[in-house]
Amino acid sequence: MAFNAPADYQQGETVKIMYIHVPAAWLSTFIYGVMALASLGTLVWRHPLADAAQKAAAPLGAGFTFVCLVTGSLWGKPMWGTYWVWDARLTSVLVLFILYLGLIALWRSIDDPGKAARATAILTLVGVVNLPIIKFSVDWWNTLHQPASVFRMGGSTIAPELLWPLLVMAIAFTLLFLCLHLMAIRNEILRRRIARLTMIAAAEGDSLARAPTPEMAR
Amino acid sequence: MLDIPHLGYIVAAYGVAALALIGMIAAVWLDYRSLSSQLEALEKSRGGNR
Repeated sequence: MAFNAPADYQQGETVKIMYIHVPAAWLSTFIYGVMALASLGTLVWRHPLADAAQKAAAPLGAGFTFVCLVTGSLWGKPMWGTYWVWDARLTSVLVLFILYLGLIALWRSIDDPGKAARATAILTLVGVVNLPIIKFSVDWWNTLHQPASVFRMGGSTIAPELLWPLLVMAIAFTLLFLCLHLMAIRNEILRRRIARLTMIAAAEGDSLARAPTPEMAR
Repeated sequence: MLDIPHLGYIVAAYGVAALALIGMIAAVWLDYRSLSSQLEALEKSRGGNR
């Protein structure tokens, strides 16, 4: 559907980059929102799967943000004459990408899963300040990036021939993320079960080898 | 078809996006396969001990 959409009167065929750039950009912030909710789940409700959901979403968020940045850059070169400018929208999305990478790194740097979950949950919630900055960066500062044109007061400014394929792509990207997220959460559950079984097996191996006192077995 | 201006940028953008998406799908899927085979091996060895 995106391939069959007509060319833009100003941008020509390069407008087709929109069909991957914009859904990826929506998802990059949506996934961060999911992670922030999961972090609340970890810190406030202490749901046992909340940190698995947070952990599973981070690499996917980084992936979609990467797609957003690269396609935006490839769109910027022919349209703006540059791959990259340090303007508010681009910089704030780059900060989001680095936040995702930082969260993944933090998960991996703390051995105790409980501690890692709390630390990343706190950092995730601190990073939420970036979301309104991304959203309103195009209104608050002078920027090359255009302001919102799909969800805005007074209706969309995109022609329906271009808008429909965009919405279909956005739904497709979102469904892909939800599917991958569920699969990644299942992977986390499997990983925990393996860790538990390995510990039990190690403890049993120890008890067979050393025949510990009841205190030690606990 | 080939006289579209900036065709290279469009193809590159779709190419990068396809690679990234396929990469994510493959990473999650391969992770699942390796985890489930590990789990199977663990459960088998535990069953064998009893």
